[in-house]
Amino acid sequence: MTTMQLIFLITAAVTIFAGVMMVSVRKLLHAALWLILVFFGVAVIFGLLEASFLVIIQIVLYIGAIAILIVFAIMLTQNAIDDTYQTSRRWLVTAVVAVIALAGILLALFTWPQGQALTSTLAGGQQDIAAIGLALLDPEGYLIPFEIASILLLAALIGGIYVGIEHKGEEK
Amino acid sequence: MIPLYWFLVLSAILFCIGLYAVITRRNTIAILMGIELMLNAANINLIAFWRYLYAGSNLDGVIFALIVFAAAAAEVAVGLGLILSAYRSKETIVANDLDTLKG
Repeated sequence: MTTMQLIFLITAAVTIFAGVMMVSVRKLLHAALWLILVFFGVAVIFGLLEASFLVIIQIVLYIGAIAILIVFAIMLTQNAIDDTYQTSRRWLVTAVVAVIALAGILLALFTWPQGQALTSTLAGGQQDIAAIGLALLDPEGYLIPFEIASILLLAALIGGIYVGIEHKGEEK
Repeated sequence: MIPLYWFLVLSAILFCIGLYAVITRRNTIAILMGIELMLNAANINLIAFWRYLYAGSNLDGVIFALIVFAAAAAEVAVGLGLILSAYRSKETIVANDLDTLKG
């Protein structure tokens, strides 16, 4: 048991516990706070995978933007739903479905024909942030996906504004 | 070192927790939170496979994860806008009650 493995196991336990709490607590605001803990756990996992740039993006984008946006939305719609009815009455059935899905994934994972890859160690080469920046703007590299992502964000911006503004004088 | 399948098992568990949230929760915001959890699990998978198998040769995994981040941000912005808009006109954000499109 190396230090890295210990860190991974602790992080995984905290992340899974926070995830379970997120789906089981009644108060939605508390669920959002547990979700933030899950995001932190995933950031640590990225750190263990030595993807330093993604750690920063995970914290800035997921915790700094998405989680805060979700918290705002929860506060703006606070009286919309009674806390006792947050989960469907047939939650046991869906829990069984989720567990069966998990069992299916794990079965597929451990019967994977290229199983020896599962125990391989890290490939060499520390990730370089400058290399990511250059690759994103390189026509031979990932320029097209980068531009498509920016168009997607622009479309989301316009769509968000259009959906968000109040349409006065339309049918009520 | 940490074996690759530890990461894959963790992401499978997180994905199924997110799946459970999406099916069970009645509040549309909670459903969106479940989707975020599933996207995060997928990202762990992408980065783990990339790091263990391809890190020496290319950056595909990181770029793919970055695109997923952009898609998640766009999805949350539009999704929450839609939820707030529905709340304003229907006074409800319960998924079962938002059935205007039902025939």
